[in-house]
Amino acid sequence: MSRVINIAPITRIEGHASIAIKLDAKGNVADSKVHYQSLRGFEKFIEGKPAEEVPRIVNRICGICPWHHHTASNKAVDLCFGVTVTPAGRKLRELMQIISHGEDKILNFFFLAAPDFVMGPDADYGVRNVIGVAKAAPELATKAVQMRYKAKMILEKFSGKAIHPHAAVAGGFCKPLLEAERQEFLPQIRELLDFSLFTLGFAKAEVFPKYLDAVKVLGVINTGFIGTVDEQGALNVFGGNLRIMKPDGTFVEFDPQNYTDYIGEAVTPFSYGKYPYAKCWNEGFSLDIDNPKGIYRANCLARINVADKMATPRAQAELEEFRAAFGRPAQLTLLYHWARLIEDVYAYERAIELLEDPEITDTNVRAKVEPKAGRGVGCVEAPRGTLIHDYSTDDKGLITRANLIVGTTHNLGPIHMSVHQAARALIKDGEVNEGILNKIEMAVRAYDP
Amino acid sequence: MAVKVAEEWLNACSGCEISIVDLGERLLAVLDLVEFVHIPVLLDHKYYGQLGEGKHINIPEATVGIISGSIRNHEHLEVAEEMRRKCQIIIALGTCATHGGIPALANSYRNQEILDRYYHTETTDKVDEYPSEGIPHLLDSVYALDEKIKVDIYLPGCAPHPDQVFAALAGLLAGELPKLPDRSVCDQCPTVREGKGQVKQLRRFLEAPHYGAPDEPIDKMRCLLEQGFLCMGSVTKAGCGGDKIVPRCIAARVPCRGCYGPVQHDGNQLLQMLNALASNGIDIHSLPDYVSLLRFSGAHKLLRPGHKQKEA
Repeated sequence: MSRVINIAPITRIEGHASIAIKLDAKGNVADSKVHYQSLRGFEKFIEGKPAEEVPRIVNRICGICPWHHHTASNKAVDLCFGVTVTPAGRKLRELMQIISHGEDKILNFFFLAAPDFVMGPDADYGVRNVIGVAKAAPELATKAVQMRYKAKMILEKFSGKAIHPHAAVAGGFCKPLLEAERQEFLPQIRELLDFSLFTLGFAKAEVFPKYLDAVKVLGVINTGFIGTVDEQGALNVFGGNLRIMKPDGTFVEFDPQNYTDYIGEAVTPFSYGKYPYAKCWNEGFSLDIDNPKGIYRANCLARINVADKMATPRAQAELEEFRAAFGRPAQLTLLYHWARLIEDVYAYERAIELLEDPEITDTNVRAKVEPKAGRGVGCVEAPRGTLIHDYSTDDKGLITRANLIVGTTHNLGPIHMSVHQAARALIKDGEVNEGILNKIEMAVRAYDP
Repeated sequence: MAVKVAEEWLNACSGCEISIVDLGERLLAVLDLVEFVHIPVLLDHKYYGQLGEGKHINIPEATVGIISGSIRNHEHLEVAEEMRRKCQIIIALGTCATHGGIPALANSYRNQEILDRYYHTETTDKVDEYPSEGIPHLLDSVYALDEKIKVDIYLPGCAPHPDQVFAALAGLLAGELPKLPDRSVCDQCPTVREGKGQVKQLRRFLEAPHYGAPDEPIDKMRCLLEQGFLCMGSVTKAGCGGDKIVPRCIAARVPCRGCYGPVQHDGNQLLQMLNALASNGIDIHSLPDYVSLLRFSGAHKLLRPGHKQKEA
């Protein structure tokens, strides 16, 4: 007799989703679906709002990456109003975003993903969590908590709010960085860089080797990728051109203002979330893991795949080691965890570069702005992937139309496929246990955040 | 013995959960003193049993139940009701839970209008039907928690400051019911108020306020409302600055937008702000839109379909 296994909710991710796995009469996987259960309607309810207020509204799309929504939204508003951001304003925006980008990696690795690796995927759920990690490795847990707190307090101390920020404004930033603040933050960021290097070294020595077998099979699918690069082709999370790479490694590069020529969004009957796909490949959209169409992935692994290089030296050395082992593009889903820690190194190297730039303390942080009619596409790389805010305004500067494509949605299709792949490989003849179901969830956690 | 705690997020962004994680080292102390029996962001306890064998949502019994987010769909409602059944004390954590929060801006529209826009953007493929399989149906509106279940403790904030989350948890562990004082952001704002604003027309926040030299302390800056910027401090509950007190937006020289909700739980930030503006001689027609005054508190039927933008 066929039956359905419901994994609800998917846990240790940010967001609301469940998995339904349908077994056939023999107990093998006939079908599986990932249901995304949230719909809030930001594209509708920001209509009519003054555009300069919107970066303070849409940052509530996500409590983990509010800085990224805030920054992308501000970029879109700048373009609607035709304002050029002052250089110091631009750098302060990037500094805050990149510090936030870094602390998110610590959160993901130690709080959300580590329990599967430290306690083991088959451990009882009562200990397979951050509390279990804290008991098993108290010094490491304390250090991780301290480091994240340090990053969050820099954000709060300088810009007011660490979660749901308001500090980027149309035309630039709300206030300049003082020299005394720069001197206070630099050693703290250097400490965070040291910790990111320690974490990556620890993971390469103690964590990944133990699970290389799982890495090679769990959730593995073959897809394209999307990410942002600078003029030199190096990874950049703050802005640049977008690249969409095919599974064979060839790619197209384009200005985010033209994203509608390259990206489409499919709708399925079983999910509120939409499924972005590569319209530019002209093959349509299909989630069939044996014959996928239009499927690309976003987030850290995608970014290091599409980039020719990293813009900072230690991250570049790590990328070279990674590429030597896994090639380009690397497809194994659990490698997201490895790529995430390489990005963590980049984040704090880049934060140091910005803090050491003399222009960062320039007091001209905000250009004067007049509201007017226009259109603008703001694009940054959020932890989960490419973030696109596309607004139009009327002559009073009120929003008339918005289209948002947020980081996670790029990966909804790939997550669906990875879950199906994992379920098909792990569930045989009706044999199911908690460890197997948790391994299927690990295929989701790799993508988040 | 450790106090049992269950935690859930409903129509929420996870900012409140991040605020808990942002306790820093205090988090490890809290984890020593409480036993989480259910918290989806950190713990793998499942609604329908660990192998999905159950029929109904089942959350373990706990002394304290913390819920973030508003109630938007039938599953949120089921989870909230189950939490109420299983927990002795329910804490509404964050402004979505206490007043609807930003997602309650959707209450200005009917669901059909929201769905029609979302599934008809310029990048979205045309479809005959909207999704409905295996996903919870939307309720007709976004509801604050206390519109559907009894709430014992309100901890607003978008997100609540970690200092307050810690104070509330520490208070509960000591057997006290925490409550934020009914004071306003203005009561804790150190900026200079002369009480005789010259402003007749509000200025949009498209230029920097005056505050002298970049290192001028915040208590030398003149009140942002008296400078002509809409600042909602007078109609917003205090607390966003945590133990450091100074309101977090004002600290960045950015006007308050009301994220802790009204000063009194059943207050109406829109009416109160219009009153405050009028009594200061400010022309309320200079507001670019009224709905934004209920940006964080649009539940409790304060925002409804048809209550959209004022006509230009």
